[in-house]
Amino acid sequence: MKALSTTLGAACLVLAASLAGAADKPTDPQIAHIAYSAGVIDVEAAKLALSKTQNPDVRAFAESMQKDHEAVNDMALALVGKLGVTPEDNETSQSLAKAAEAKRAELETLDGAAFDKAYIDNEVAYHAQVNGALETLLIPSAENPELKGLLETGLKLFQGHQQHAEHVAAGLK
Amino acid sequence: MTALLLDRRQLLLAGAALLAGGMPARAEGRTVRVTIDRLAFQPAEISVAAGDTIEWVNNDPFAHTATVKGGWEVAIPPGRTATHVAAPGDSVEYYCRFHPNMKGRIVVSA
Repeated sequence: MKALSTTLGAACLVLAASLAGAADKPTDPQIAHIAYSAGVIDVEAAKLALSKTQNPDVRAFAESMQKDHEAVNDMALALVGKLGVTPEDNETSQSLAKAAEAKRAELETLDGAAFDKAYIDNEVAYHAQVNGALETLLIPSAENPELKGLLETGLKLFQGHQQHAEHVAAGLK
Repeated sequence: MTALLLDRRQLLLAGAALLAGGMPARAEGRTVRVTIDRLAFQPAEISVAAGDTIEWVNNDPFAHTATVKGGWEVAIPPGRTATHVAAPGDSVEYYCRFHPNMKGRIVVSA
């Protein structure tokens, strides 16, 4: 468990460094890519949780993550289509994907209560991370008002997810 | 004669009930609407009378709930409407179970 939280901490650091290290503020096509990638990562984590967990609260949380992130990503796709913006891959999206891959490899080795705890703890940390990035970097950098508006809705949604995850985590202790 | 007297008394009672209740429609309760838009209950606070129907209209593509801690819960699916008939004890704070940062308040007047 200690090794796990160390790895989690390291993954968070990588992401924070990458987000902070992007001295140039991201462009709208890059922001769209980062936001969409962050959603896909959480949908994949939810699917893994649904294939593993036996806990009804964890299951309800994962179902909500899958549906909400798919819905908000559908909104994002509709918006970029309307704006004629092509999402552009970038360093932040790549480090997000890399950190998610490492986390997934870890989670796959766990089962039962150990999996539930690791998954939910990571959901709290991951949403906190993404919310921080939205607040300090992505929303302030977004040029298009509609993209900015969608990111703001996303922030409220993900803040809700973080609180939901914290409630579930409290119930697991 | 007794029957007639009874009828008259019933009429009077009905009249008194009407006066006390104000509009006749009040007997069946009003419908008070709360709109959900971009993860917010609007208005966040509503005043209702017991027997009124609270109607949540979910304009979000996300599933929400109106959940009272230790009490009732109404599921409000995406794009749908859900209702709850206010009981006398329903002066409560509620939240969405899936997004606990969404909060609302119901005040039931006597």
